[in-house]
Amino acid sequence: MLDLALLVQYGPALLRGFGVTILCWGAGCLIGMVLGFVLMLLRQLPVKPLRWIIRAYIEVIRGTPFLIQLFLLYSGGPSIGLRLEATTAGILGLGLYGSAYFAEIFRAGYQAVPKGQVEAALSLGMSYGSILRRVIVPAMLVSTIPAIVNMMAILTKETVVLSIITVPELMYEMQTMAAETFATFETILGMALFYWLLVEVVSRLGRRLEARVTRFLTHASPQGSSTETATARA
Amino acid sequence: MTAVSQTATPPRSSAAGDAVPMVSIRGVGKSFGTNEVLRDIDLTVNRSEVVCLIGPSGSGKSTLLRCINFLEVYDRGEIRIEGKLVGYTEDAPRRRLSNRDLRDLRRNVGMVFQQFNLWPHMTALENVAEALVQVRGMDKAAAAAHARRMLDRVGLAAKADSYPARLSGGQQQRVAIARVIAMEPHLMLFDEPTSALDPELVGEVLQVMRDLAADGMTMVVVTHEMGFAANVADKVAFLDRGRIAAFGTPREVFHGSMEPRVQQFLQTYHERNSF
Repeated sequence: MLDLALLVQYGPALLRGFGVTILCWGAGCLIGMVLGFVLMLLRQLPVKPLRWIIRAYIEVIRGTPFLIQLFLLYSGGPSIGLRLEATTAGILGLGLYGSAYFAEIFRAGYQAVPKGQVEAALSLGMSYGSILRRVIVPAMLVSTIPAIVNMMAILTKETVVLSIITVPELMYEMQTMAAETFATFETILGMALFYWLLVEVVSRLGRRLEARVTRFLTHASPQGSSTETATARA
Repeated sequence: MTAVSQTATPPRSSAAGDAVPMVSIRGVGKSFGTNEVLRDIDLTVNRSEVVCLIGPSGSGKSTLLRCINFLEVYDRGEIRIEGKLVGYTEDAPRRRLSNRDLRDLRRNVGMVFQQFNLWPHMTALENVAEALVQVRGMDKAAAAAHARRMLDRVGLAAKADSYPARLSGGQQQRVAIARVIAMEPHLMLFDEPTSALDPELVGEVLQVMRDLAADGMTMVVVTHEMGFAANVADKVAFLDRGRIAAFGTPREVFHGSMEPRVQQFLQTYHERNSF
């Protein structure tokens, strides 16, 4: 018999866990995006060894399971003097994992910026910093937002792995609940609901953001040219 | 705040400046691998002159134009703008100019592109004001006011708040021209400015260019508009396979040139444009 009262009884613990999940996810996404952006920029430099190193990093991260990376960081870290708290390791691990994917998303976005828009800025004497901030990044946002939101949704679900290194996030709390009550079905149901809720919020926000950054891309209206021509000639 | 005069056109001539040509191209060559796209080009553009580069596609006109502001790197020879070597230091052996020096050089040279290249996430006004803020260091209000005057000059004051996607090709190109003249360049480069336009929109852009020429702007124009070249240009250079095959006044090139390739090019042009 389904005992939803259990979810209420464990409510505070679950909400705390949910909070930790959101914290790890948010901080992990932020680190991943910042690091991914920096990696993408460094990869544009005409320094071959640097490019190889970054490529190797991305290949290794993408080619190995997140679980193993996290173990290496948390359990293997101390052997090279890197002692991290579980939550810190979880956030950092998530950030490193995400950075490889974000770097690739940003690289695609960077390459998709029309060359002419950059040349126009160069020909006006704008510096690379200005061009990056004012021309390239806004253009990149337009083409990469769907992929960024997608990656963020994937990362919400990767947070469950953090429970394995004892980060007290939602999965961890849920497992505790299951172990104490043997209410496996309720636990799994509750968990699905929480993650679904999070992903739903992320994708809704993503759609809004997408609408916002692409609002200028409405198609040219048929009006305009004829009247304006007259003005120009007048 | 930087002071900005009402007009974007530099003084028509100054006694000291007249001696140095606006653009001086000497023995310029460029190769893409084994393909020689520019061979031994010599060309002088004086102050307030309009020089049109014409010729078949692939003849190197656009490449030559893009070498003038170093969007394209030339390998041999030298290009000077107001006496300053473009893209390289004066040392021997010459080295590439630092980014900062290159920017200083480029801010006096405006370029108008075939594909307009407006920034789609900025309104017409923001497009024009951007470099005033980023390059000239003007404050935002002053830049916006100046940008508005420039849009007015190309007849688009009413479209200041429109995004490029809402503008016709002709309007976009006029915004692009406003964006350039706002910087008060000494020299303007036009890379087939009307080639991407519907035929009925070509006229409005050419009119703006005529006005600029009449105001004394020095212009180098790559174009397929022979009418514009014939009526507005002071000099016409006909390029063929990376060389200047004919050079002179429009009359000399269009009517006096014995060069068979010029004849053939004009013949083809007339056939394509008659119906």
